[in-house]
Amino acid sequence: MSQVDAGAGEAAAAAPTAGPGAGRAPSPLWTFGFLRSELVTTFRRWRTLALLGVLAAVPVLVGIAVRIETRDGSSAGGGGGGEGPAFIAQITNNGLFLVFTALAATLPFFLPMAIGVVAGDAVAGEANAGTLRYLLVAPAGRTRLLLTKYATTMAFCLVATLVVAVSALAVGALLFPLGDLTTISGTRISFAEGLARALLIALVVAASLIGVAALGLFVSTLTNSGIAAMATTVGLLITVQILDQIPQLHALQPYFFSHYWLSFADLMRDPVYWDDLVKNLGLQALYAVVFGSAAWARFTTKDITA
Amino acid sequence: MARNESADNSGAEETEELRSGRRKAARYVVPVAVIGVTAATIGLVPALADSGDPSLPKITAQQLIEKIAKSDVEQLSGTVKISTDLGLPNLGGLESSLASGVAPSGDGSSADPTSKLTELVSGTHTLRVAADGPDRQKLSLIESAAEYSLIHNGKDVWGYDSKSNEVYHGTAAQDGAEHGNEAPATPKDFADEALKSVDDTTSVTVDGTMRVAGRDAYKLLVKPKQSGTTVGAISIAVDAKTGMPLKFTLTPASGGAAVLDAGFTQVSFAKPAASTFDFTPPKGAKVTEEDKSAEAPEPRSGHDLAQGTQGAEGYEVLGKGWNSIATFDTGQKGGLPSGSAGGDLGDFLGSLGDQVSGKFGKGTVFSTRLVNALITDDGTVYVGAVTKDALVKAADSGQ
Repeated sequence: MSQVDAGAGEAAAAAPTAGPGAGRAPSPLWTFGFLRSELVTTFRRWRTLALLGVLAAVPVLVGIAVRIETRDGSSAGGGGGGEGPAFIAQITNNGLFLVFTALAATLPFFLPMAIGVVAGDAVAGEANAGTLRYLLVAPAGRTRLLLTKYATTMAFCLVATLVVAVSALAVGALLFPLGDLTTISGTRISFAEGLARALLIALVVAASLIGVAALGLFVSTLTNSGIAAMATTVGLLITVQILDQIPQLHALQPYFFSHYWLSFADLMRDPVYWDDLVKNLGLQALYAVVFGSAAWARFTTKDITA
Repeated sequence: MARNESADNSGAEETEELRSGRRKAARYVVPVAVIGVTAATIGLVPALADSGDPSLPKITAQQLIEKIAKSDVEQLSGTVKISTDLGLPNLGGLESSLASGVAPSGDGSSADPTSKLTELVSGTHTLRVAADGPDRQKLSLIESAAEYSLIHNGKDVWGYDSKSNEVYHGTAAQDGAEHGNEAPATPKDFADEALKSVDDTTSVTVDGTMRVAGRDAYKLLVKPKQSGTTVGAISIAVDAKTGMPLKFTLTPASGGAAVLDAGFTQVSFAKPAASTFDFTPPKGAKVTEEDKSAEAPEPRSGHDLAQGTQGAEGYEVLGKGWNSIATFDTGQKGGLPSGSAGGDLGDFLGSLGDQVSGKFGKGTVFSTRLVNALITDDGTVYVGAVTKDALVKAADSGQ
């Protein structure tokens, strides 16, 4: 808790030093100062660092498991059954595939859960710790505070995804050979192009989390309990994932934020199959606008008592 | 006086609260409006895009069929969506676990095209096709985070299953006919099969125009004249410029959703990149060589069954045209293994079919929305794209 208090205090303290012309429209520099202090607060929390540590550990575990399983020369994934996360069968031939496997393994749960924790905590956590009113004392305005919180959450989406990708690339390079790779369409691309596609995939995965981030932020404005907001967001995430598996709901499923998540794998086709990727990005944008504006409607009209 | 004042005050507060309440509510209009606009867009855009069939010069059915025959599209790439709804019982996971249980013991490779393309028999699939002349073709079955590619380049035929990282390698016949041996998958394959049947038992008409994958197309309607068949109509969209069939839809006589619907969602007649057809097995992939002793796979579409699988051994075809019924003797008296002989499996199979009887004796009819099969108790099987009654009649006259 002391971390939270200190962080919020810092954010509040940053306001007067950076914004001398407070009465009039705040300068853009001031906004960046606010965002920066918010980012520093978030990324300095032990909770955030622990989440990132867990995410970084997933590729290490997958890499070591595949390495041990294939020591005798057999192929990963149970010998042709195609079990396990996507791309797992190709890891032994090319360490770069560990990046895709790690992202495919963390995207359904670990990544969105981490986002849910950070987004759920964004507003409710401050209210819980009694620091929200101090933040609002600064002449930031509620809309600006909310935007800053959302920008911070999205920055966390990107950082979390990159942590998984970079950790996977490091483990893949250490344990497995690198080189030209075969796309899932059977054509060959150079390692440099593979690396570029891996970066693109990481960006798409980060963008896939925008919807959960917006949902979490909205939930966060509904309650004054940080834990309740996190639990609700993660609970919604699990519920949606389960509903996405029920065939009778196929008419609704294209509107679930998690429905097109695995479409990032389409970037590994040659030529790239854009249909689902575009649908995914459009859906995430829709969630961001709907729940972002709902969060705005709620936060700008709510009574701040803590 | 004092009471009045306080009453006034509370009235003012109420108005104030009401106003702020209204202001609060007004903000929620934004997310609701976004949802409304999105819903309207989703609802309206396809309707707007659909409106207006292209106006093309009139053409007779005969000319259109000639156009298809003359079509010499050699280079294309595109995406095909194929949906099949035979009305088979939905076995879901059981089906795939059966498939995965059977495939390794049979051919030992999940990359074997014969086992893989059988998946097309049910559900909706997205395929990508690319072709450059008769020697180079590629067919990819798009799966979730994986892909199955069948690549024909010169004398080599490669099957690559990215999910299991397994490769199948075979050699093509000199004339590059390998592709034709596989299960039909593109609208052209289906159209060729359907147009083989055009004779006096069939009516063929041009039924207006439509747009498929952004191209103007004529709609060719093929209808059986005979009664007794389960085939309602076949509609083929033919590209007005190239004569290439772009969409194939088979509707059953019983109505309802199409049994088979295969159409391009995107198509280009430009030459595909040469690298599309290059394939070298990835390092570490398990490569299975084609078993030379294996027979060429039989065509598997419902229509082939309807036409009677000519050339296949032991088959006899009764009737003609759409009412053809293939019949063969399993040599197994007692029909279905049932009771003590077949155990649970026999009972299970029996429960899926309907018991019928006629002059031929007794039998069981298994029906799908397109193909019906009658297995008599003396071991004869009648299969065709015909109604149950027609099967029974055929069995009666066969006695």
